[in-house]
Amino acid sequence: MRMLKIKNLTAAYGRVRVLKGISLHVNKGEIVCLIGANGAGKTTLLSSISGLLRPLTGEIILNGTLIPRRADKIVALGCSLVPEGRQVFAPMTVRENLILGAYVQYRKDKKALAGIETVYDLFPVLRERAEQLAGTLSGGEQQMLAMGRALMAKPKLIMLDEPSTGLAPLIVKNIFKIIQRMRTAGATVLLIEQNARAALKIADRGYVIETGKIILQGPASDLLNNRDVQRAYLGRVKGE
Amino acid sequence: MSLQLFTQYLFSGITYGILYAIVAIGFNIIYNTTGIINFAQGEFVMLGGMCAISLHEYMPLPAAILLAVIITGIIGGLIEIIFIRWLDSPSVLRMIIITIGLSILIREAALFVWGESVRSLPYFNGDAVTSVQIFGANISPQVLWVIGVCSVIVVGLSLFFQFTYAGREMRACAANRTAATLCGINTRSKITWSFMLSAGIGAVAGCVMSPITYTQYDIGPGLAIKGFTVVILGGLGNSMAAVAAGLLLGIVESFSIIVVPMAYQEVISIAILLIVLFVRPHGLFGSSETACLQDF
Repeated sequence: MRMLKIKNLTAAYGRVRVLKGISLHVNKGEIVCLIGANGAGKTTLLSSISGLLRPLTGEIILNGTLIPRRADKIVALGCSLVPEGRQVFAPMTVRENLILGAYVQYRKDKKALAGIETVYDLFPVLRERAEQLAGTLSGGEQQMLAMGRALMAKPKLIMLDEPSTGLAPLIVKNIFKIIQRMRTAGATVLLIEQNARAALKIADRGYVIETGKIILQGPASDLLNNRDVQRAYLGRVKGE
Repeated sequence: MSLQLFTQYLFSGITYGILYAIVAIGFNIIYNTTGIINFAQGEFVMLGGMCAISLHEYMPLPAAILLAVIITGIIGGLIEIIFIRWLDSPSVLRMIIITIGLSILIREAALFVWGESVRSLPYFNGDAVTSVQIFGANISPQVLWVIGVCSVIVVGLSLFFQFTYAGREMRACAANRTAATLCGINTRSKITWSFMLSAGIGAVAGCVMSPITYTQYDIGPGLAIKGFTVVILGGLGNSMAAVAAGLLLGIVESFSIIVVPMAYQEVISIAILLIVLFVRPHGLFGSSETACLQDF
């Protein structure tokens, strides 16, 4: 069962073509990882899926329906993005950040705010910091808050844009554990990572994107053992 | 100075001060959700007063005021939809020119509709000579109306932004518009609402002030300058500080009569504006750290 299917997507910033015909799919319950160098178009792809950027051509089908144009409606359909650089509401408290994440659910179901307990259980540090302003949190805590906020919308598909950037190794490990737990809880995950090795280790499948095109795809274990991938993204080649 | 005179000046200062604060809060609401300084803010006050005066001929005062506030709010919303919405991250300079242009447009339209005559709403209680004795000073009940209504607006707004869902969403738009969109908030409609809210509270102020200050088609720019002074004095985007700054400016203006002639009152607020811009551009209550993050 396809959670997300993208056909021949092209997108551009002004005149600069960034995506040149991307096709990919994510099955229900999968963790799919997208790896590629800076400027390859990874973030642009997620921006297009989440509606922040209007693609030029192509189709994005979420859970069997063509996605609407407006970003806020895409969230309501069950597709949440944890953006690059956390993007928390800095002058608001942690609790308020999470409550705002539940906005799309709250309109349909006044009990949606109860989801905050699930998020606190997943990220106990957020419970401790509930009344603190989000801007005063450390980078790792802000990343957790951004993830928690996205989870409050109870997304079917959660997309994470470089969740480990700028975080200490121990926290990165924790974040990846939580991503796995989100999948166990029933979410489908599309992940972008600079830290390709860690990402491929938890992913089921992977895509390699280069200058706006998918150049390689396959099960994550195959990509981990692929010599080209190793050389370009994993930093070393086994046996060399 | 006698206690009587002191009280008289103080109340006059508070009355004007809280009016300036309301105009400043109008600036802040729009600035916070859009990053735009809306120089047509003073025109909303004028429109509120003018509409209420015209409507009062056909209906009782409370209904006229309510309807005037709604009409002004709708005008505010339309301005956003027609002139602001389709601009894709415009520069600050362009926004200043657009809002100043709008203020001229509204003023000229008001001149066309209502003419040059000075009008006013009737006093809410009694008439121009009715007064309440406080510490020997004669205070018009209308002054108490102004202070009361404006205080209710200030408290009501802060409760709205703190505790209601719509208020939180507007603050979220202000804090990070991309993130707000990603939370499923329709940021465009929130911005329209912020223009409506800002125009609406400006109109309320215009109505309660009308019996004391009178309403004319061109009172807007003066109020906008005072309101802007208060905004700068309190620090951009900070509504609670705007109240303190507004009262400060009002009271300083009113007591300045002791030192300088009445005619120079206008000069005082502009002098304060310039001094603050030179010495503390981030405002009396703002921090310089956040100021350098703002593009204004």
